Amino acid sequence: MAQRVIREIVEQQKIGPGYFKLVIKAPEIVAQAKIGQFVHIKWIAEERNSDPLLRRPISINRINHEEETITLVYRVVGRGTKVLSNLKPGDQLDIMGPLGTGFSISEDTNRVLVIGGGVGIAPLYPLVNKLIEANKEVILLLGAETAEEVIDLDSFQEFDLELKVATMDGSLGKQGFVTDYLEELEQEMDYIYTCGPTPMMKVIRDWAIDFNVPGQASLEERMGCGTGACLSCVCQVKIEGKDGWTYKQACTAGPVFPLREVIFDE
Amino acid sequence: MSKVNLAVDLNGLKLQNPVTTASGTFGFGLEYKNYVDLDKLGGVMVKGTTLQPKKGNPTPRIAETPAGMLNAIGLQNPGVDHFIEQTLPGIKDKEFKTIVNISGNTVEDYAKLAAKLAETEIGAIEINISCPNVKKGGLAFGTEADMAASVVQAVRAETSLPLITKLSPNVVDITEIAQAVEEAGTDIISLINTLLGMKIDIERQEPILANKVGGLSGPAIKPVAVRMVYQVAQAVDIPLIGMGGISTVEDAIEFFLAGANAISVGTANFVNPEVTMEILKGLEEYLIEHDYQDINEIVGKAVKSSE
Repeated sequence: MAQRVIREIVEQQKIGPGYFKLVIKAPEIVAQAKIGQFVHIKWIAEERNSDPLLRRPISINRINHEEETITLVYRVVGRGTKVLSNLKPGDQLDIMGPLGTGFSISEDTNRVLVIGGGVGIAPLYPLVNKLIEANKEVILLLGAETAEEVIDLDSFQEFDLELKVATMDGSLGKQGFVTDYLEELEQEMDYIYTCGPTPMMKVIRDWAIDFNVPGQASLEERMGCGTGACLSCVCQVKIEGKDGWTYKQACTAGPVFPLREVIFDE
Repeated sequence: MSKVNLAVDLNGLKLQNPVTTASGTFGFGLEYKNYVDLDKLGGVMVKGTTLQPKKGNPTPRIAETPAGMLNAIGLQNPGVDHFIEQTLPGIKDKEFKTIVNISGNTVEDYAKLAAKLAETEIGAIEINISCPNVKKGGLAFGTEADMAASVVQAVRAETSLPLITKLSPNVVDITEIAQAVEEAGTDIISLINTLLGMKIDIERQEPILANKVGGLSGPAIKPVAVRMVYQVAQAVDIPLIGMGGISTVEDAIEFFLAGANAISVGTANFVNPEVTMEILKGLEEYLIEHDYQDINEIVGKAVKSSE
């Protein structure tokens, strides 16, 4: 059950250009967090805490049961994440979580494709870890602007999996889009997981439909409450019925949705 | 046990305490069950309800602004029939009063909504004549006194439930609208709805919200809301539910002193999902500290003292 707790930052580290890693001691969140879930966080100020006003949803990058910590990897994109990046170990954070419907792993799949782009790689480590534990054959494709932005590269390299990287500047792996690798896949895939920029996921969604491969996509949308109440973070998802689609909240129904059902700004 | 009285009687709408949640910010209540003891709330204004289901606006639907936020949800809701059949059974036995916020494109829509709700187990109807985010109706009904009055009359004719009319701040003289809806038969006035605003993305050089404009809420609008409650309190004789940027108990007390008989918490629920419980506790402490026995004793204190 999601809850609100005030907990201490253990570590804050810059890990790339504008990329930060935040470790928080939060036993209650650790005890309940599932792969692909997120926390909705706010820094704590002495007095009024009203500017920037809203919480920020950030995916969980690591769930460490021994240390009772969660790790968040985020990119500074605006005022909220800027404030967050200035916090130090010992500072308190106001955390709601764990929230959302995360990734699920099916027993029926064997060969699994995982594709991450940019900061969208952040929630994939716990997923890949579980897939490897479940003896899946994992093909992992990672894309980023530069080599420095490929989150968790070292950790992924320790797994027994097939790893391919694409960077826009060519500083690591193939130069270009990670989705360019889709054409090179030699074997049929049973399942796809993806998280990353919308244009990337759109290409992957179309490929998944063409090749009839089921999968899951973790989406992002501007979020308000995190409880399903405010209907700010809705995503367009196909359903049966007369219109053929509906809006579903990323904070509760998502952030993970069936890949082939997602409609991206179309 | 409470040492002071927090119960209020708003012209027939009896609340166990004056802390309610603003429509659109608290879903149907149950969304917050992990964070709030819902049975301790005075009332919940549920998500704006329309005759037919509404999909709402495209995204982005919100944008953060200095000490506030803009929203343009566009009244996404499953429709009044779904509410009555599916949602209400799950909340009707809660201790809070369920207050159904209704919106229509025409006066007839409001009347039909009221007729459908008239025989249900709800505490009150809140007439939304101030939604800035839908193309037809909504705000238009709230900015002209005679239009506002005709909506209230149409709803009044369909139900004996307590009626709350929610006013828009996007008007020249809010007291004029307040007097018109009082005359037309509303039992209570709630104010304020959001202020119409816009935020532009300077890199993309276009408004952030897909709807372009949206309703501004949060701490940024509180002084406007307090001023309007203060003005309307002197212009009408019916109870007021004050809202607009309330985030702390101090904020809430300002509204009571300005003349509100109850308050509603909106955007602050997003920032701190437990804020209503903190305000409730704080109200009791304030009353005890200042030697009051009853919340009703502080209503309008700031109006009286400045006369």
